[in-house]
Parts: sequence; structure tokens; C-alpha cells
Amino acid sequence: MSSKRVVWNEEACIGCRLCQVHCVTAHSRFPGDVLKAFKLDPQRPVPRLVVEETGPLSFALSCRQCEEPECVKSCLTGALGIDRQTGTVKVEEARCIGCWTCVVACPYGAIRAGAGDHPVASKCDLCGETRSVPACVEFCPNEALRVEERGV
Amino acid sequence: MALSMRVPSYQVHRNPQRCIDCQVCVRQCTYGVHAWDEDFQAVVADDAKCVNCHRCVVFCPTGALAVTPAPHTFVPNANWRSDDLREVYLQAETGGTLLVGMGNDRPYKIFWDHLLLNASQVTNPSIDPLREPVEVKTLLGRKPDALHLSGGGLQEPLPPELELEVPIMFSAMSFGSVSLNTQKSLARAAVEEGTYWNCGEGGLHPDVLPYAHRAIVQVASGRFGVSVDYLNAGAAVEIKIGQGAKPGIGGHLPGEKVGDEVSRTRMIPLGSDAISPAPHHDIYSIEDLRQLINSLKEATQHRKPVGVKIAAVHNVAAIASGSVRAGADFLVIDGFRGGTGAAPLRIRDNVGIPIELALAAVDSRLREEGIRNHASLVVSGGIRNSADVIKAIALGADAVNIATAALIALGCHMCQMCYRGRCTWGIATTDAALTKRVNPDIGARRAANLLRAWKHEIKEMLGGMGINAIESLRGNRLALRGIGLSERELRILGVSAAGE
Repeated sequence: MSSKRVVWNEEACIGCRLCQVHCVTAHSRFPGDVLKAFKLDPQRPVPRLVVEETGPLSFALSCRQCEEPECVKSCLTGALGIDRQTGTVKVEEARCIGCWTCVVACPYGAIRAGAGDHPVASKCDLCGETRSVPACVEFCPNEALRVEERGV
Repeated sequence: MALSMRVPSYQVHRNPQRCIDCQVCVRQCTYGVHAWDEDFQAVVADDAKCVNCHRCVVFCPTGALAVTPAPHTFVPNANWRSDDLREVYLQAETGGTLLVGMGNDRPYKIFWDHLLLNASQVTNPSIDPLREPVEVKTLLGRKPDALHLSGGGLQEPLPPELELEVPIMFSAMSFGSVSLNTQKSLARAAVEEGTYWNCGEGGLHPDVLPYAHRAIVQVASGRFGVSVDYLNAGAAVEIKIGQGAKPGIGGHLPGEKVGDEVSRTRMIPLGSDAISPAPHHDIYSIEDLRQLINSLKEATQHRKPVGVKIAAVHNVAAIASGSVRAGADFLVIDGFRGGTGAAPLRIRDNVGIPIELALAAVDSRLREEGIRNHASLVVSGGIRNSADVIKAIALGADAVNIATAALIALGCHMCQMCYRGRCTWGIATTDAALTKRVNPDIGARRAANLLRAWKHEIKEMLGGMGINAIESLRGNRLALRGIGLSERELRILGVSAAGE
């Protein structure tokens, strides 16, 4: 089994945060339309990556898809787990109770509390269900993000 | 502080129905135009700071932004244009020389647009470059007066030459005037496409040494970064006498741009102004130039062509002739539309002559004197597309240099603010954060694409003329006709009028 994750090149990241805009769009009710995602979706999701920035250094951090994830270990309800097919760390939203233990447990700070009426843990899912290439990777204007495939 | 009497030149239009408050524009603008306002809970714009660089327009994910000329007008006046007033207001405030970046933007006649190319019809067949080879390889350097053969080979080795797969090189742009990533992009594109880039007067940074075999290294009046290793690292040496954007003027890289890397590469103290004097202090005659050319040839064991770059000025043909007689293996002539990172506005807009006229005058003069084969001619300053390239070659150039076009390929939107060091496109800056805006992987790809696209078009135009090698077009002014030109202009250009 191999698994994928999004990796960054901090030499090319310019801190524009378009990755966040397109992440939000890809996970909204209007996955192909930035304008509608931001203007019409009352349950607009939070971005699933964080742009870390200090001086000239910046990079877009998202789930590292750990092989032994702290978030999975910490999850009270078993909502977090590793997908057997893809090897990615997934949230089963119906089981998530919004306790945010995973948010605290993640050593990278890559999980965020979600938004909306039923807020659940929000983390990078590699846009698995909607796109072949994650939106952040496709729309990074400076090609600072790419998908890395690892053998497991 | 007294009121500034200046008015904004541009207006930023934000469509509130499309703005999603993502603040990408705020982060991309380096001139402080866009800002998030806590009280309004909205992104606001300060039009007065806008330089119309289009960075925000291109980056806005919803197309919410547009920049237009400011709607207010000065009272129309054919004598006092709005620019004239703006410049007086600014100088009355600052008392300073007006600075500007890029090339002359005044509406002087563009002779390229008054020259038309020929094509084959009936009596000679045109060539389809997709079916038959069309050769555009170009060799630059001194060509011997005659070849002497003995024992199945040449008696004497040929003088050193540069081999170009396409007759287009990148003009000199120093690390400092442009970012290292810009230099890397062009260097990699030059290596990939088999042509040359030019490191300008800024030395060779260790990061670009892998591309030095395709570099022309410059020796200019400041002699920054020059060492024997530097001279021998490049493919050729170019003595820079002048630059089309500012003939007769030296260079001035302000101390704030001289950071760690620039200081090391130029071999000057950190934070010191890098001043290239207007003249070379050891060149006051053609004889002095000859001495420097010979010194550089000695330092490179006569293995590399040594060229001279001059600005196109009134007496260019005589100066070119003198430079060739002084031993230059190639001449670079930079017309008055050539770009720059910073030049005094009055110099840029009023000094020098168009490259088309200079080229025709120099080529004719060198032919008349029987020394055209002693040096190759490279022209620059306002080459906008492949048609300009091919017209330049028909007028007598061996190759052209491009810089403005190359920077546009990398993202430059010609706002002419290079001298401020805040280039939003990451090109004319040494700021560590802004430099990252040019990803050399993307930059190299785009610059190489431009060269390839022009190469295809050149082959297409050559084929149309029934010419299968660019060598056959070189200096062939019969391939050109002038339109909308006076008798005198036609005579200087050495071309017949359309219909003749």
C-alpha cells in the first residue's frame, strides 16, 4: 500500500494563501466556483491547511498523513482512522463529536475545528472524493505544493 | 507637512459583488495599496499608491479587481501633457532627478512597424518548415578573411565562436538589478534552448555557476565581481561601454539592494552603494579600448570571444567601426528603447537613436570598410517579437538580445517601477520574500517557451520567403520593403519602398 500527502517547497511559497481559498471552495457546496462558495454557502468550511509565516519564510501546512497518527490514537469515538485503500487519515464525520482532542493531539497543528451547525474535525482529505489533484496543489500560483507518494 | 498637489494616476476598482475578503491582494501588493479595514470589515484601496502592476488583478481568485487610469483629467493641452504636470509636481516636492525603470516609452517612430517582409510566389518555391529543415543556427565571433587549407584541414584554427541554436540571446541583467531567481530562470532557459544569457555587471553568484558555460560575462566600468576565474567561467566576455536606456550614464545600485549575497557576488562591502562610473576610467580612446580587449583576450588565453557593447548614439557607425578595429569579436548595439532597472527619466526618453537606424548604419559602414566579417553584430533595445528579430537579421544583425520580452515572459507588467526595489512580480528586487515570487522552475519553462515559440515563427517566416537557412537572410535587405518612410529614412535603412 502506498499513501499520499501534500508537501511544500518553502523556496517557492509566497504566502498568498490562495491554497486556502481553493481548499475552502473544494470542500464547500460549490466545489468548482470560488465566488459561490464564499457568497452562497451558509456552511462555508474552514481551510484544511494553515499558512505558517515568519519573515520571508512561509509554507502551507496540511495533514502529514502520519503512519502512526496521534490524532487516530487520541480520538474518543474512533471517528479518525487510516483508510485501508488509500492510506490517508480520514474523519468519519457522523462519528465525530467535536471534542477537539485530535486538534490538541496533532503535533503539527494540522487539524482544525470545523465550522457550521455540526462542527467536526477538519483536516486534509487530499480532495479524495471530488478531485484527482488536491485543489491547493492545482491552484498554487507558484507551484509550491505537490503530491508526494510514499510506499508503506 | 504641506499638501501634496499630486493626484492619483490610477484607480483600483473592487467589485463588491465579487470580492470575498480573502485578502490575497493585500498580501500581494508591495506598495501598500490594499489593506484590511477593521472598522469597515472590508478590503479597502489607496489609489494614490497604485502603480498599475496588475499583481492583484492577476491573483484575485474571483476577478473582482480592475485597475484603470484615474477618471479625473487635466484640462486637455497638447503642449502640457498630464505627465508633464505630474513630473513638475513631483520635482517641486522632492527637488530630485526623476528616476524610472524599463525602456523609453515615448511615441517615437518604431521603424520595425514600417518594414515589411517578402514571401515567395510562383517563381521561387516557399518552404514548409514542418516538412523540410530550416536552419536557424547562428555562429557569433570573428570570421577569418580567408580560409587556408592544408592536409585536408584548416591551416589555422578558427577564432573562438559562440554557437546559438536560435539567434536570440538574453541581454545583460545583473544580480542586484534583478533577483537571483530571475537570473536562474533565464540562465536555465538559455542552457535548455542552446543560446546565451548575460550576467551583467554583477559577478557570477555560485548558484548560477552550473549555467556559466552559456553565460556572457560582463566587464563594465565598475568592474564588479571581475576576477580571472569569472572571466574564464563564461563563454564570452563583453565590455560594456554603454546601455541604450542611459547612454553616457553609469549605474547606481542603491545600498539597500546590496545585501549579503549581492555584496559577496559583487565583491563590495555590505550595504554600500554600487556605483558604476559613467566612463571606464581606463578607456579614453579606441586605442585604450584595444588595450582592454587584448588584456581580456590574454586573460582568457584567446579561447573566448571578447565583445563590446555600446549604446546607439549619433555617431554609432564610426564608434562601431573603431571598436571592431580595436579587436572586438562581436558588437552589441543597444537602441534607445532598451530597458533598465533605473535610469534618469530625461536621459531615457531623450538620449540615443532607434536601433533600426543604428543597425543599418553600422552594418553598411562595416561592409563599406570591408571589416564586416571581423565582428558579429548583436542588436537590442525594443525587440518585441519574432518579426522584429527577423527584420533585424535582414537589416544586418547576426543575432538579437532580448531582456524586456524575457522579463514579460516571467511576469513583468511594465509598470516601470524597477528602481524602487519592491517589484511585485519578484523580478527587479533582492528582497528575500519577493524574490520567491519567481519560481525558477516556472521562469525557466516560460522563458524557454518564448524562445521556442519565436524560433517556430522565424522558421515559418523564413520558409515563406523560400529561405532554408537564416544565414541567407542575414543582411539581405532585399527581403525588406519600407512603408510610410521618407526617402531619407529609406536611404539610411538601405531598403526600397513597398511597391518598388
